[in-house]
Amino acid sequence: MTLLNILVEGTLIGGFYALFACGLSLMFGVMKVINLAHGDMAVVAGYVAVFLAPKWHVPEVWSFLIVVPLFAILGYVVQRTLLQKSIDRDPFTTLLVTFGLSVVIENLLLAVYSANGQSVNIGSLVSKSFQLNSSTYVSYVALSVLGAAVLVLGVLQLFLSRTNTGRVIRAVSDDREAAQLCGANYKHLFGIAAAISFATVALAGISYGMMTEFTPTSGGANLLFAFEAVVIGGIGSLWGTLVGGIALGIAQQWGAHVNPAYQILFGNFLFLIVLAVRPQGLFGRKEAMA
Amino acid sequence: MDTPSPLLAVTDLTVHHGQLCAVDSVSFEVGRGDVLAVIGANGAGKSTLLRTIAGLHHATSGEINFEGHEISAYPAHRRVTSGISLVPEGRRLFQSMTLEENLIVGAHKAAAGAFDIAAVYELFPWMPDRRKSKVRQFSGGEQQAVAIGRALVANPKVLMLDEVSLGLAPIVIERIYEIIPQIVASGIGVLLVEQDVSQGLRVASRALCLLEGHTTLEGRPEELTSEQIEIAYFGSHLGAQGEKESA
Amino acid sequence: MSDTLTSANSLVQIQRSTFSPLFSLGGVIAISAFFTLAPWLLAASWVSILSNFFILVIMATMWNLLAGYAGMVSIGQQGFVGLGAYATLYFALKGMNPFVAIPFAALTCGVIAIPITFLLLRLRGGYFSVATWVVSDSAMLLVLSVAYLGGGTGKYMPGLLTLSSTTLNHDVYLATWIGAFVVLLGTYLLLRSRVGLLLSSMRDNEIAARSAGAKVTSTRRMIYVVVAIGCGVAGGVLSVSQPFVQPGNEFQLQFAAEMLFATMIGGLGTIEGPILGSIIFFALQQSLQNWGVWYLVIFGSLAVAVAIWQPRGLWGAIRDRFHVELLPVGYRVKEPKA
Repeated sequence: MTLLNILVEGTLIGGFYALFACGLSLMFGVMKVINLAHGDMAVVAGYVAVFLAPKWHVPEVWSFLIVVPLFAILGYVVQRTLLQKSIDRDPFTTLLVTFGLSVVIENLLLAVYSANGQSVNIGSLVSKSFQLNSSTYVSYVALSVLGAAVLVLGVLQLFLSRTNTGRVIRAVSDDREAAQLCGANYKHLFGIAAAISFATVALAGISYGMMTEFTPTSGGANLLFAFEAVVIGGIGSLWGTLVGGIALGIAQQWGAHVNPAYQILFGNFLFLIVLAVRPQGLFGRKEAMA
Repeated sequence: MDTPSPLLAVTDLTVHHGQLCAVDSVSFEVGRGDVLAVIGANGAGKSTLLRTIAGLHHATSGEINFEGHEISAYPAHRRVTSGISLVPEGRRLFQSMTLEENLIVGAHKAAAGAFDIAAVYELFPWMPDRRKSKVRQFSGGEQQAVAIGRALVANPKVLMLDEVSLGLAPIVIERIYEIIPQIVASGIGVLLVEQDVSQGLRVASRALCLLEGHTTLEGRPEELTSEQIEIAYFGSHLGAQGEKESA
Repeated sequence: MSDTLTSANSLVQIQRSTFSPLFSLGGVIAISAFFTLAPWLLAASWVSILSNFFILVIMATMWNLLAGYAGMVSIGQQGFVGLGAYATLYFALKGMNPFVAIPFAALTCGVIAIPITFLLLRLRGGYFSVATWVVSDSAMLLVLSVAYLGGGTGKYMPGLLTLSSTTLNHDVYLATWIGAFVVLLGTYLLLRSRVGLLLSSMRDNEIAARSAGAKVTSTRRMIYVVVAIGCGVAGGVLSVSQPFVQPGNEFQLQFAAEMLFATMIGGLGTIEGPILGSIIFFALQQSLQNWGVWYLVIFGSLAVAVAIWQPRGLWGAIRDRFHVELLPVGYRVKEPKA
């Protein structure tokens, strides 16, 4: 494994982490909610793509066209009902509720679909790649996921900075009460943020299923990576999440290069070091720390 | 200057913070072009009063009528679209945004009326040059002006100002208060809360004094003596027994 | 156990419990005697169930101390359970009797916890919670890489194979019972002491507590270390209860779920709560035995519902309704009789 290999693999997986994480970052930035069920939502999207899309006569590779909007609606509904009630109580409750939801979802999937690995069928595309140099291959699927991540983050960034709704969402994250005093219906805007979060994580989940196998408990590990990417990059910065994801990916690949057992560990260490030395992350603002 | 039906009519409003009674059976009216100044010491309940009218706090009992409608059940954002805007204590600008963005957010649910962003720029001529600057770099006085502008662009019928002079230099406070007549001229009713009694009374058409949540004095500023105000504000005379403080 | 505070005319008593203290003490002695004699009174399968019950009681009580009393929501305590299990294995591999090794393993967890607090206690809210998870995950990964402790495949706990299965069952049971008793007693005494009062004040209003002179951070540090030790006890007894020690078994995220759910349903912020929650957990698990993972689905859904609609849990509801406290740690003012 060469340095180029580490950088390339790290960047590719970092793109996936960023796609996975941007919803988490949005929900935390806007509503101060850490959704511990975020990772499991991705897995549910994967299961929907694999098991339900065929029932609707949609080839799995195109399933995201249906699943993503579906999850957007789901996100809005879950936010306006369950999560809003938790937020109204206190952050403690929200943490517990999302953790509880995570466990319920994982075990529900286990009960219904068993622990067998599943993947999203994309035919022969899954193994196609192009060669960079003698030892480095770039898989087309991974590259498209990175491309999708950049696209999604770009669109999201434009949405937040240029559109009316996006601006008001930013206002709500800055100061919820002041935004209410400007006429913002914060509960509705929370719903929109959740809808976006669920939609992006559904896309991430299906992408994951295209790259590798997933099981009911895959959500947990990916949630951890997503959170690490957000913290490393900095809360409140979408592009920071991309940088964080790539940094995490590279750290993990370097760890794997040293010793396969150290892959996740190196990522964890990077996370803990950032928390210790610069808790607001690379691009975060100090005021963003709750 | 009482019009037949006031814009805002508060009747026997009582508000609690947990077990503490912050506002105790307070009643008043604000009509078009009125300036009602609510004065009182720290903790007298003034901010709670404004926040409750704005919808950020629940009243225990009492009525809030706006243009004839009982709005106690309206969420805060709906009160804004009905025509009540609050400039909150501490300015509360959107720190990650520019001046212009703050105003745009303030205008996003605006009613039709005299005040749009251009009108606010006329009111505060220094703003157009700074409109792309982030507000967190502004001075206290500038931030206060932006906060007022943000509330104005919604074209409220009643504008509430909570302690706008807090933390500002006297000359800055004066400049802020200079715009009140212009606001009032367009027919907006103003309800303002001030710890600085003389400043509050200078712009007011009527005054209300609160002490520990209840009304201790009411009337036109020109009809109130400083002794009356002192007693209403503090609850008793300052100075030695039997001596009167002169203005 | 009541102090009498006399004012000029009336007699106001400050009490610590609603029942007469002798009554409570008598009850505790009776129940303790029953549990100590259980291996001779109950069938072996029940003894096994009780062992696992006590392990959950230990974990839930500790999680409750951390989250319900000290306000630190951790989803990483399973890390210390795992570390306690592996420390026990380590001492056993070095020749110590595994049962004797348990308290040493627990103390090891406490020692390991100390430097960790210097990172974790700078974090607030969700950051703290996820960081605890990362720390636990890292602990597991580190243990996984140590071949001496069995690596990914695991190792048999030395010193147990010579015992007959009945003796082992009894010994494990007694270890879990003693562990639970010590942890509960320790928690009870801690909360009745000045530390308990300190925790209440911190929980209610941290800024006010700090300005009154309370050493908030060092108290939090102490509690975190105590809880690490308690979880280490759970890990230690866990490791002797299953002969094969494996990272997947000892560091399960499922423990985090169980201790959290049991505490929430039973009643956060009360000593009785985690016990009640553990009882409900086992009752549910036993009755849904044939349904596999469904008991976790139900248990989890129950915990979510409780968090939203009845955050004080079952014991909290009972306490509010009937004004009863079996293991009182607070103070009450008793009105003077007219």
